[in-house]
Amino acid sequence: MIGVKPKILNRGFLATLINLRESPVGLIGAAIVLFWVVMAVFAPLIAPYDPLAIQTPFAKPGTSAPDGGLFLLGTDQKGRDVLSRIIWGSRTVLIYAPLATFCAYIVGIAMGLAAGYRRGWVDIFLSRMGDIILSFPVLILYIIAIQQFGRSNLNIVIAIIFASAPGIMRIVRGLTLEIREREYIAAAQVRGEPNWWVMIVEILPNARGPLIVDSCLRIGYVIITIGILGFLGLGLPPPDPEWGGMINQGRQVALMFPHMTLFPAIALSTLVLGFNLMADGLRETSLKD
Amino acid sequence: MLYFILKRVGMMVLTMLVTSIVLFLVLEINIESLAVKVLGQFSTDEQRLLWLENNGYFRPVYIRYFEWLARILQGDFGRSVVFQEEVSVLLWPRLARTGLLAGLVLAIAIPISIILGILAGMKEGSAQDRSVSVFCIITTSVPEFCSATLISWVFVFSLKWLPGTSSMISGFSWTEMILPVLVLVIYDFGYIARMTRASMAEVMQSQYIRTAHLKGLPFHKVVLQHGLRNALIAPFTVIMLQIPWLLSGVIVTEYFFAYKGIGTLLLDASLRHDVFLIEAITLVAVFVAVTTQALSDIGYMYLNPKIRFS
Repeated sequence: MIGVKPKILNRGFLATLINLRESPVGLIGAAIVLFWVVMAVFAPLIAPYDPLAIQTPFAKPGTSAPDGGLFLLGTDQKGRDVLSRIIWGSRTVLIYAPLATFCAYIVGIAMGLAAGYRRGWVDIFLSRMGDIILSFPVLILYIIAIQQFGRSNLNIVIAIIFASAPGIMRIVRGLTLEIREREYIAAAQVRGEPNWWVMIVEILPNARGPLIVDSCLRIGYVIITIGILGFLGLGLPPPDPEWGGMINQGRQVALMFPHMTLFPAIALSTLVLGFNLMADGLRETSLKD
Repeated sequence: MLYFILKRVGMMVLTMLVTSIVLFLVLEINIESLAVKVLGQFSTDEQRLLWLENNGYFRPVYIRYFEWLARILQGDFGRSVVFQEEVSVLLWPRLARTGLLAGLVLAIAIPISIILGILAGMKEGSAQDRSVSVFCIITTSVPEFCSATLISWVFVFSLKWLPGTSSMISGFSWTEMILPVLVLVIYDFGYIARMTRASMAEVMQSQYIRTAHLKGLPFHKVVLQHGLRNALIAPFTVIMLQIPWLLSGVIVTEYFFAYKGIGTLLLDASLRHDVFLIEAITLVAVFVAVTTQALSDIGYMYLNPKIRFS
């Protein structure tokens, strides 16, 4: 392990979030994330227009719409309102990024617990597999997988799980190796608890501190990944509005109509920034005590 | 030490073998679709059968794999369908361009990030530390395609200072290098800086630094002569491990600025299903990634006296 050694904490998820109040940076991050979550949840109420409705093409920001309203952030080349597409796009990204991260966590935790608790050949096999996947330049993996197996929501989620699970496994394995030497684990083993019980009920809850921090960072990376794939034209298929895809479509006319690419770029960066600041705040508060 | 190096090289070969097997299986197991990709979708069934027969595709998979591997080891990657050219002829000039881009990025990002990391890490928890850390978080939160969008809006569309594409049609040009390098440096330096900071902060808490303080050395001497040497071991490995990561960013940046490197070549190849070109680029990229990681591990062993002398 390089860098700060993860400290293991016995603290609940809620308590971790409450502790965030000690870190202004973390609070700013949480506020940004909350802002986008509200946007995503209430998208139908907040968005001024239907994100797929075709209206006036190439309207600049502030142009008045045919129905008397305003295109606050302009429209794209098909005449769809950019602001509405950004708001609905937050829903797309905030569904798929946490979903993919969550699934990757299930796989990664299962592998990490098995490797760290069972040791032996299970550990060697899983660790070697993980090393091989982690040494692969991920974007190339995504490009090949999506080209070969088709561009669909499911395939993108699977590709992200495949590429992220080994990293999660490494962290969980390290924590498990440390926790399994503790006395309460020995006590559980002596009580005759089955292995799965020891792993899930005794070890996993005690490893959650570093995992909560890591999950914030990882959601950020997954948001970037989904954005990059959209930008390369390999992302979530249309018609769902998606920020990376919006940047890709607006690129050809960016000289005349920079609003089509600028605003989605800002939206995506702020969301990632929110998660990263939150992770930093969580790490800082968890190291304090 | 020697045992360790052998083990590490063995691991490297294993990774390359597994990659090549998976790549071969994914791209070449289905020979009907391979024939369509090579001959085009308007070829007749007869032509496809003839092509498969002539090139020995009806033999068992494992024989084909070993033949394929043997050819690749000799540097023969086959012929690109899209570019109508030997893959090896296409590959090396593109690789050199990407190498130039990545080299410039590292040459600029490493000094910046190490200086920032030391400034932050030598006074852990200070305002200086917090501001450097937050600055680094902000720059690493803006992915390359977003920062490229923002930067080209400022420098290309508004100020009109720099060209927005780096295709270098009329020969090499330094002005066309600026934006791609800038975008990659902004995204990459933050991570190395944070790692340097963490490592520096850890070193500054150690006993020998306290001793150096207590024997009355001035602060800059403590940092430069005692702290730095040990604090730089971790960033060294991080920089090497950054290279696969940098490679992903390079692909996106090259695509954004139409820079004719290996990333745009890979995207072209994969959009047009140019199988042999995809195989070649992937293998080269994985080779670069795996080699740098092995070097980083060996370098780490060498730099760390605790391990070197045991």
